[in-house]
Amino acid sequence: MGLRWPFRRLSAKPADDGRAESGLKRAHFKDWRLPFWLLAPQLFVLLLFFFIPSIRALIQAFQLTDPFGATTQWVGFQNFERLFRSGVYWSSVQVTVLFTIAQNVLTLSTALLLAFATNHILRGRGAYRTVLLLPYAIAPAIAGIMLAFLFNPRVGPVAHMLQGLGLDWDPNRNSSHALALIVMAASWKHICYNYIFLVAALLSVPHSILESAYLDGAGPIQRFLRISLPMIAPTLFFLIVINFVYGLFETFAIVDATTRGGPAGATSILAYKVYQDGFVTLDLGSSAAQSVVLMALALFLTFAQFRFIERRVNYSV
Amino acid sequence: MNERTPVLDVVCHLILLAGAALVCLPIYFVFVTGTLSQQEIMRVPMSWLPGDQFFVNLQTVRRSANFGRLLLNSFIVACGITIGKLSISVIAAFAVTYFRFPFRMTAFWLIFMSLMLPIEVRIVPTYESAANVALPLNILGSWLGVQTLVDLDWNLVNTYPGLILPLIASATATFLFRQFFLTVPDELCEAARIDGASPWQFFRLILLPLSRSNIVALAIILFLMGWNQYLWPLLMTTEQGMTTAVIGLKKLLPQADGLPSWHLLMNASLLTMLPPAIVILLLQRWFVKGLVDSGK
Repeated sequence: MGLRWPFRRLSAKPADDGRAESGLKRAHFKDWRLPFWLLAPQLFVLLLFFFIPSIRALIQAFQLTDPFGATTQWVGFQNFERLFRSGVYWSSVQVTVLFTIAQNVLTLSTALLLAFATNHILRGRGAYRTVLLLPYAIAPAIAGIMLAFLFNPRVGPVAHMLQGLGLDWDPNRNSSHALALIVMAASWKHICYNYIFLVAALLSVPHSILESAYLDGAGPIQRFLRISLPMIAPTLFFLIVINFVYGLFETFAIVDATTRGGPAGATSILAYKVYQDGFVTLDLGSSAAQSVVLMALALFLTFAQFRFIERRVNYSV
Repeated sequence: MNERTPVLDVVCHLILLAGAALVCLPIYFVFVTGTLSQQEIMRVPMSWLPGDQFFVNLQTVRRSANFGRLLLNSFIVACGITIGKLSISVIAAFAVTYFRFPFRMTAFWLIFMSLMLPIEVRIVPTYESAANVALPLNILGSWLGVQTLVDLDWNLVNTYPGLILPLIASATATFLFRQFFLTVPDELCEAARIDGASPWQFFRLILLPLSRSNIVALAIILFLMGWNQYLWPLLMTTEQGMTTAVIGLKKLLPQADGLPSWHLLMNASLLTMLPPAIVILLLQRWFVKGLVDSGK
């Protein structure tokens, strides 16, 4: 046969053998060597830094390793039992739930208000949008540091204002103040993300429907609540899921740079605890068991996310 | 619609102005604090106007924290992640959408699976993998009883590949390119075939130019993501000179003992947030497109 160009074997008809393959172009090539080389770099990197670590995390969850890695012992579900019996872990779960819900509510409601306002006004839209996008550029760690400074009880201008109002503000000692601080930092950073999606979704609400509602005498707020909001519901669901993913996994930097999980574990969210137990207290078995719990959570959220992305595509929002 | 809502218009502008203030005031305070001296930041209430110590603080940050080097590292890492991820993703997406070959769907699902687990949930083993890339070979070796393979050591800690490679192992970009390729008209490929183009020529001369706007939009997001990384550079760097700017900030955080150096920290924060902020301000339109298209 020798070397043959795969192009000659290109099939131009919808699936020669009578069945269409999903995600394959109708016009495609049938070579198998070239795609192998095209996929190789991606799959190699994934193998080294995704699949092997993920599988090892699963295995480690059932092992007990001493901090220096000298001996490893198979312990079955012991790590999980220890984890679920640990009061510290459940308080971390509680903090995480509180944190993610508070962050979600604050982020989404503010973004919704701003998106409605942007959609309503005619002049200066571009300028507002540009400014409101800025937090996306700023690293979560910097957002955390920035708010930690503003709310620092000794030097922070906002903390001084709060103290002026008679509030004994101190996130270094008061656990609810510390939690409020990371909620604010996480929300500050993430409102812009929600905002972009909501503005885009509101723009795609069919004008004709809004117009007929207007002719029926519905005001702007009524139109927003009765028409636009239900029509952008898929985007809202999508954002809620994304906010949970963000709160659970991407706020590590905010916690580490502002409160370091303190005071007394008050802001030690689950993703931070995995790191603390794995790299600071070197309890590898527990850290791996926590990883597995988080993996399950991540899988669930990804599944939900794809459901809503699909819906978003279907509605072509 | 020819609707007049003067009151609501004013309210909306007020809401947006409040939102803009919420975004800008913290950044403004970072700037102000970065221009003050040690004594000035301790004064209550703090000044709302910038001081004249900006360049003095800049010099201190540059000398004491080696910040120029850290910014360069951030730049190298962010560009490495952007270029690396884009290039391995675009060819992988080309392979799964334009070729029929055995295990096509298996390959696709393998890539797809990596969308599901963020690096935060598998940090310890991922760190072990990067601390010794030969680890899988060693494990295989000890299973097979081949002693020569055991104790291979290839450490990526404190190297640029160590900072970059594990972060390009995610499939978001592949997935996005696949979605885009599925919308490209079939006639283009057929026409290319009639003209006698090879798959590689079709990719380079037709598909890649068509994807230009997707590539730019995604590049912006990936650059910001790479620049702002925290957890991974924190684990992968122990040498001060190899770390990134965002991690360098952590080292400047005021300690419990000693005089708080918020002015230096804020000065350095300003330097670190400037490049990504400029990217967003200049390329805003592309960036929004990339974000809304990719859903990431």
